Amino acid sequence: MKITLDTDKCCAAGQCVLIAPEVFDQRDEDGIVVLLDDAPPAEQHDAVREAAAICPAAAIEIQA
Amino acid sequence: MSEHGMGAPPAEAPRPIAVVGASAAGLAAAETLRRSGWDGPLVLIGDEPHLPYDRPPLSKQLLLGAWEPDRLLLRTTDQLDPLGLDLRLGTRATGLDAATRTLTLVDGVGIPPLEQGRERGSLACAGVIIATGVTARTLPGAEHLAGVHTLRTLDDALALRARLADGGRRLVIVGNGVLGCEAAAVARGLGHEVTLVGRATVPMAGTVGAEIGGLLAEEHRARSVRLRTGVVDGFETVNGFETGNGFETGNGFKTANGFETAGDRVTGVRLADGTRLPADLVLLAIGSEPAVRWLTDPSLDTVDGLRCDAYCAAAPGIYAAGDVARWDHPVHGRPLRFEHRMNATEQGMAAARNLLAELAGEGIDIPAPDRRPFAPVPYFWSDQYDIKMQAYGLTAGADRTETTVLDRDARRAVALYGRDGTATGVLAIGLPPRQVRALRAVIATPVPWEEARDRIRTATGSG
Ligand SMILES: Cc1cc2nc3c(=O)[nH]c(=O)nc-3n(C[C@H](O)[C@H](O)[C@H](O)COP(=O)(O)OP(=O)(O)OC[C@H]3O[C@@H](n4cnc5c(N)ncnc54)[C@H](O)[C@@H]3O)c2cc1C
Ligand code: SF4
Repeated sequence: MKITLDTDKCCAAGQCVLIAPEVFDQRDEDGIVVLLDDAPPAEQHDAVREAAAICPAAAIEIQA
Repeated sequence: MSEHGMGAPPAEAPRPIAVVGASAAGLAAAETLRRSGWDGPLVLIGDEPHLPYDRPPLSKQLLLGAWEPDRLLLRTTDQLDPLGLDLRLGTRATGLDAATRTLTLVDGVGIPPLEQGRERGSLACAGVIIATGVTARTLPGAEHLAGVHTLRTLDDALALRARLADGGRRLVIVGNGVLGCEAAAVARGLGHEVTLVGRATVPMAGTVGAEIGGLLAEEHRARSVRLRTGVVDGFETVNGFETGNGFETGNGFKTANGFETAGDRVTGVRLADGTRLPADLVLLAIGSEPAVRWLTDPSLDTVDGLRCDAYCAAAPGIYAAGDVARWDHPVHGRPLRFEHRMNATEQGMAAARNLLAELAGEGIDIPAPDRRPFAPVPYFWSDQYDIKMQAYGLTAGADRTETTVLDRDARRAVALYGRDGTATGVLAIGLPPRQVRALRAVIATPVPWEEARDRIRTATGSG
């Protein structure tokens, strides 16, 4: 699984961090998403998919 | 008419699931149906000609001119393709017979042509998810006036943006809710003269209360937005149509509400107290109406949105999601409807899962767990100038509010909202993300007011 972020779109909602805290974090200054792990292990994949689906800014893209 | 009629699909042809409304909620529903194992026909119907796009940037990056429309697409065609959707854009649903789960679609339009279960523009479905959102409210007489705009769709936003492309115009924004405030911030950034008129004395008062509203008012004033309290009584107009023989005269008319529009181009806004506000452009940001007029089946309750149960079901096999849905929030114990981006996605997903669970119960062969009540922690954000406001839970309709301004100049504040002794919502401006997430945890489920207040003080170091 490969994850790409469009930080320009991110509206700092923090939903991704709630769902997959091992993979996503937010910058302290402005809350913009930060990727902690761009190729997370298999047990994280469901959470990452859920985060991408729920992100209200469609800022998280996943390649298979 | 019936399944035995001439030309009807063979009995074994599976009926489709149809999702009406091809925006945030509808797309989330369609994707969830696929991810949860629905491999039967899936129809996504939207009356706009555009691929599903995101609305929040319309009043922000798009209006400002920082983004072009393609940045708003929720999915590229490459991302949509694997869903195997029967995508019908530019197609309006005009009716639903709830008992037979049959949709009526406007005849003669629709791309690609109707295929599955087609019977003269009607579509018999296994299940239907309604995600038709809301439409912008307008004022009588405004529709035909040049210079008067609403802001709900991409086309609306592009039209307004074209008029705001060069600075120095006089823009009157009617309505000081979230949309009016965001548009005011963008228009100021583009160098226009902006007057923000609302019934409430401070912006967004109904949503965030008087104190946060006061903080917003300070920010807008500091940016030279003129704030007015008042009720709009009518428009002042001229005939802007220049013909070969000079200006054409329009047919004046007076509506039931006393709105007078003789000309065809707006030149000002008149308030009930007699104030005249000259305007080159007017934005009506006076709220919206759920898009339920097409749902005339008397078995459906469409007073302020399509009424659903805790599972987002409006009737057997009929679900709703997003701005249009009014459902029984199991935690808050009353019917609620949200016009928040986050809710559109979450509810689209929930409605899709629950519909599949119901269909599995009806004997359709799909793996589906039990239906689950939809009980989200509501969330919304708004961007105005450098201010980012974020709120969790219920902030509107509070009978008690407590606002702590942590730093007036830096516009850092936190506010707690409650009802009947229980804390129901929290709002933050200018707080670091870790603290914002801690605030969410405080009101994820309703907490006694005093306890929530203490926990908020601890979380923000303001105690
Ligand atoms: C300018 C703007 C800024 C916003 N900013 C924010 C923000 O900062 N934060 C936030 O939380 N929320 C924001 N929102 C709200 C958010 O965009 C909505 O909550 C969200 O778009 C709701 O999604 P939806 O899919 O339920 O409805 P909609 O996005 O309204 O989509 C419904 C779709 O259904 C179509 N439709 C309607 N009737 C029919 C029919 N009969 N047949 C076929 N199609 C039909 C409509 O044309 C539309 O495309 C904003 C909204 C706007 C307009
Ligand atoms: S959920 Fe989306 S918008 Fe929110 S912080 Fe994560 S990436 Fe940004």
